[in-house]
Amino acid sequence: MRVWSAVMGATLWGIGAISAAGQTAVSIVYLRQEVERPPVLSNLDAIPEDEGIAGAEVGLDDNQTTGKFLGQTYELSIINVAPEGDFVAAAEQALSQSQFIVIDAPAAQVLQVADLPQATSAILLNIAAPEVSLRDADCRRNVLHTLPSDDMRADALMQFLQSRRWDELVMITGPHPADLSFAQALRTSARKFGLKLKAEKEWLFDANMRRAASAEVPLFTQEFPRHDVMLIADEVGDFARYIPYNTWEPDVIAGSEGARPVAWSPVMEQWGGVQLQNRFEEHAQRNMRPIDYAAFIAVRALGEAVTRTSSSDPETLRSYLLSDSFELAGFKGQPLSFRSWNGQLRQPIPVVHANAVIATPPLEGFLHPRSDLDTLGLDEPETHCNAFTE
Amino acid sequence: MLRLALFASLLALPAAADEIWVTNEQDDTISVIDIDTLEVVRTIEVGERPRGITFSHDFSVVYVCASDSDTVQVIDPVTGEVLHELPSGEDPEQFALHPDDRHLYIANEDDAIATVVDTQTRTVVAQIDVGIEPEGMAVSPDGTIAITTSETTNMAHWIDTTTHELFANTLVDSRPRDANFSPDGSQLWVSAEIGGTVTAFNVSDQTELAKIHFEIPGVLADKIQPVGFEFTDDGKTVFAALGPSNHIAVINAETFAVEDYILVGRRVWHMAFDADKSQLFTTNGVSGDVTVIDVASRTPIKTIKVGRYPWAAAFRPTE
Repeated sequence: MRVWSAVMGATLWGIGAISAAGQTAVSIVYLRQEVERPPVLSNLDAIPEDEGIAGAEVGLDDNQTTGKFLGQTYELSIINVAPEGDFVAAAEQALSQSQFIVIDAPAAQVLQVADLPQATSAILLNIAAPEVSLRDADCRRNVLHTLPSDDMRADALMQFLQSRRWDELVMITGPHPADLSFAQALRTSARKFGLKLKAEKEWLFDANMRRAASAEVPLFTQEFPRHDVMLIADEVGDFARYIPYNTWEPDVIAGSEGARPVAWSPVMEQWGGVQLQNRFEEHAQRNMRPIDYAAFIAVRALGEAVTRTSSSDPETLRSYLLSDSFELAGFKGQPLSFRSWNGQLRQPIPVVHANAVIATPPLEGFLHPRSDLDTLGLDEPETHCNAFTE
Repeated sequence: MLRLALFASLLALPAAADEIWVTNEQDDTISVIDIDTLEVVRTIEVGERPRGITFSHDFSVVYVCASDSDTVQVIDPVTGEVLHELPSGEDPEQFALHPDDRHLYIANEDDAIATVVDTQTRTVVAQIDVGIEPEGMAVSPDGTIAITTSETTNMAHWIDTTTHELFANTLVDSRPRDANFSPDGSQLWVSAEIGGTVTAFNVSDQTELAKIHFEIPGVLADKIQPVGFEFTDDGKTVFAALGPSNHIAVINAETFAVEDYILVGRRVWHMAFDADKSQLFTTNGVSGDVTVIDVASRTPIKTIKVGRYPWAAAFRPTE
């Protein structure tokens, strides 16, 4: 069990606050609940300590640059809660400072903040919790989501597999809640796009495993029926890296490994992606990760709304963000906007491998009467979210 | 007999036709198209990721933004040789040559600045802080105003060319790309790639005159992404490239109405006219080709394969 950051209580520090007297001053709080992460077989891709925060900071820079031409100022402060810390107290502190909160926390904590009386008219931006439930029955009127939900990512992958006619699937699932949640999204999505999930196995190897994971995989995968693609649901990054090339049959791997549907990857070069990645790298000395992108785009969405409305009133900004007029350039080749029925940011979800973009769903031919982006994730008629219908 | 024919064809070559020069972003080359034969007759190696291209007024040199080489290359168009390089600032993307034929206004995409370079002394005259990802560049016909658009800040920045200070910043729709003054200098037009619009501004007070929207039957609205555009000499018509919708829009610049859509290659970026503006050459990034449009009939007449990711085009007369 490891805590992935220097131990901090509910510490608070301001970043990049600009003191110029602008007409509109917008203060944003980044509220993070640190979580203990399960051990993984390899630490090759350690999660950076500033994951998410670095993205918000680049978004802040962008907002400040625009703001300086318009007399608008932005500041970002960060409230970090240790794993055993008092998250609710920190959330109350955040809400006493600002009505604009970027939340980097698990789904349960997102709901804790959303349900505080002080948060009723706040704009809370979920950048780290992918659970479908938060966009469904558990949605909240004051929560917008810039991180794609599990089902949006699953739908993007299934559109790609469907377009290649690779329609017979098997799946290996890890034991962690994030793995199970993504696996469930993959199951639902396979059915939605008419693909056949023929068999599933759970990855249950524990410390008693007597051989390297790679040596276990051929036997472990031998009993799968004939298939085109092997799906992996290993969202914590434990075993997935040992599956490719170790399978019994020559296998196409997709999901958490191989062909991965992601909100952001540094291999995205088109649509100004290189420029965004360059700015991010200069700031953080590392590649931009999906949660960084979600935080970046959350801060940018607020900035864009402030720019266009010349207002810092949460209710004005909320209705603009959810309106048809709002469109955000998100370096993904088409305007991004929020779904007015559950607050989810609609966005293309590229399917990538380590070195290149494979495809960028929504793919041609997957049609929707409103926006083809709505072929990814929960659509209006399917959602059980009622909080957005006033 | 055969020898005679060859000889005749060799003789025919020096009576060179006018040319269209196309920068190939991912090939680090320029494709030179012969306007008479509509074929690529030369391929010139240049710096990394060439994008913006423009000729000096007497066509004695051509300037090329070699974005990833962080330089503007000055090339002899006859020999294709790089004569020297200009200090351009980081990642030059597009530029505009001042009517004085001497100062280049360069957008430095990675640096949020615009750089003014004196092409004679080869020095940087000024660097101006602008918004994030400056892209489009234009100088007014009278030379008093320079414009740069910033893709992420979503503005047109108005630069006084005497003081090199910003005197106005105008919000435009998402991800502004190209900027051009009308030939009489009274209007500034700006395209917005993600916004899907082209906006016309009054130059005298920077107010919005009109916003042009596009609609192509059978093409998703999100794919209609205006990028490069050009005025005709009389200022009455604008041809606008609509990116991944694979069409060029023909806009009536007096009524701001869209009159036509012309099908071209994939992800069309920029364009250049020939001498008498009877033909228009569009660069189609994804399909790696150039579409030749007959301007009078507004129909595509030929597709010419060039290098990978053709980006900008410029006209070179040979007379």
